[in-house]
Amino acid sequence: MHEFRVKVGPVGFRIGSEWKRPLDQLAELYRDYPASDIPDYSVRLEAASLPRRFFRPSVAISGDYMLPDAAPLPLSQALLAAEMAMNLQMALGWRRHLLLHASAVEKDGKALIMTGASGSGKSTLAAMLGCKGWRFMGDEFVLLDPVTGDAVPFPRLISLKNEAIGAMQVTTLDGRFGPLMTGTPKGDIRHLVPARDAIQAMNQPAKPALLLFPSFGFEPTVRDISPSEVFMRLTQASTNYVAMGEAGFTTLTRFINTVPARAIDYRNGEEAEALVSQLWGELA
Amino acid sequence: MAGPQSPFYKAEPADQLLTVPLDAMTVIYQRRSGITHIVAEPVPEILAVMGVDVLDASGVAARLAAQFDFETEDAEAVVASRLEELAMIGLVECVGA
Amino acid sequence: MKRDAMLLVDALRNPASTAALDANGWTALLAMARAEQLIGTLARRLSGLSLSDAVAGILEEARINAEYQRRSALWEADCARRALADYPGKVVLMKGTAYAAAGLKASEGRHIGDLDIMVAHADLPQVEAALLAAGWEWVKDDAYDDAYYRDHMHELPPLIHKERDRMIDVHHTILPLTARPKPDAAAMLADAVELENGLYVFSPTDMVIHSAAHLFADGELDGGLRNLWDIHCLLTEFADDAFWLSLKSRAEHNQLWPAVHRAARLARQLYRTEIPKDWQSWHRKDKWYVLRLTARDNWGRGTRKFTRLIFYIRSHWLRMPPLMLLRHLWVKWRKS
Repeated sequence: MHEFRVKVGPVGFRIGSEWKRPLDQLAELYRDYPASDIPDYSVRLEAASLPRRFFRPSVAISGDYMLPDAAPLPLSQALLAAEMAMNLQMALGWRRHLLLHASAVEKDGKALIMTGASGSGKSTLAAMLGCKGWRFMGDEFVLLDPVTGDAVPFPRLISLKNEAIGAMQVTTLDGRFGPLMTGTPKGDIRHLVPARDAIQAMNQPAKPALLLFPSFGFEPTVRDISPSEVFMRLTQASTNYVAMGEAGFTTLTRFINTVPARAIDYRNGEEAEALVSQLWGELA
Repeated sequence: MAGPQSPFYKAEPADQLLTVPLDAMTVIYQRRSGITHIVAEPVPEILAVMGVDVLDASGVAARLAAQFDFETEDAEAVVASRLEELAMIGLVECVGA
Repeated sequence: MKRDAMLLVDALRNPASTAALDANGWTALLAMARAEQLIGTLARRLSGLSLSDAVAGILEEARINAEYQRRSALWEADCARRALADYPGKVVLMKGTAYAAAGLKASEGRHIGDLDIMVAHADLPQVEAALLAAGWEWVKDDAYDDAYYRDHMHELPPLIHKERDRMIDVHHTILPLTARPKPDAAAMLADAVELENGLYVFSPTDMVIHSAAHLFADGELDGGLRNLWDIHCLLTEFADDAFWLSLKSRAEHNQLWPAVHRAARLARQLYRTEIPKDWQSWHRKDKWYVLRLTARDNWGRGTRKFTRLIFYIRSHWLRMPPLMLLRHLWVKWRKS
């Protein structure tokens, strides 16, 4: 079994693979990240069956935490398989912070957190703002520290989907993109390495200052959203709220009582950026 | 509703509950179960007035009227059905009729 | 570095031995402990030692998770207690939930999954009806599986609570009806010990007997190291001269002395459990059990596929007479 180790924010991963190539791709994309000495989680890319190691090879995802019915992926999508497996360990295993399925960017020590269903654009918005003067903190999970209430970065590779790939290729330097994977279960996927400053600052938390629920495809508007609705939506956006017990409850209620929340609608990046600057400016 | 058949209840001890009002809704975390409940008036008030006592719906309604001005025509019926729901989720326990 | 789960066994038995581990040793130990669902137990065993930040963080996570499982298990037991408040018979908690409710060492950091309870066979319809009325529902409505459970199993088909999403297994004895040993479930119920909240747990001897029966007869030795750790803790906590005598006669009465004896020998072999002198004989097959129990590589993957296969076939053989096994496998294959 070939092996690659990497640390993303506070989390160390060990990725094992029966094939060397996917690990070479990971090593290339994670070149700016530190290695992990004693990793928190192990994930494995294994042949779905012995013939599938060589003939139309397909990758079964496994690791410390597994889903019993995770479908294998073709070897050409092994990078996606590795990223999915790493996310799965976080979603099922992480208990040291309250985990929100959200993206985040930082400015002046304060964090803007965006959450919403897939297709809301939270990932693309974080990637875009990361190129426009904000520090990218993560596009998949935001970790809330139960002691300080801070948002802790988890700046793994940015996973761009479909149209977002073209949009980001315009604004980002070449050499930071992974291979284009077409026809994955989520459509076209291409990974983007976060800006170097985001990786270097991956151990620096930020105070949550604004929570946005973006929706893509509508006239630009800003709506208030009640604290109890925020509570319900964030418990649904957290995979470990229940397991965290009392710490989860106090972390989440403190977050809701201190961080203003708005829903925004937008049709393109410029509109979203304008709404974000407007709301960010209104914070006293 | 009241009468010899009406069930008596005991509330989860106050130190077992973390209660945070958000808006019209209140979230209550129950330490023993680890479950968070999102509830509306008069549920937090019911739990507050019950204290450590064993009460039926009419007893709870009387305390609500005295402490919270919660006095509607069918207060006792409302309280009775809330108590039944609270017993289902384990925030109060039925201790017999 | 050790190449199998003896690494985990050693760490549980002698926490100080982990001082000699390098980063790769720790990585392997933690992966094995997760695979055996013993990471919470390991966290408890290693608490108080001076550990690197990386290890301490992982074990803290395991501690939080074990606390969550314990809280949920005890709450689920309490929900069953309230649902069965009008049922006059004994409701006996089993396995992890029982150890936690009785405050036994075996529960420290232990992984606890579904709720297992035992009631008198004749009362199953009444208990089933009360649980259905309190919000539990059948997990599957497959006629074959249902008939299979009812005719041959020692428990009702699993029920799940529609709001809390938690499973309950209602047993009426400790082994499938097709298994060769025929335990005396009525005697176990009669001797069950009442807890403060009105629920029951098995008496100490019966707890060990159930745990041993579960280890050998109720599976393919998957999770065997954890079950054996339970047995180690129970034997250590209950041990006195009178206990060993009554355990043996009680096990014989339940036709489970071979299982209890083997469990005690394996616990001694792996965890250095103190057992009576005259129990310490070594059986020539025991080494196969040790090989099977410790078959893990440093990624936490099961190894020794051949040994595993033997135990798989054997475990089905134990539970069912051969013709029935064939029918069972055939139905399963046709469906898949």
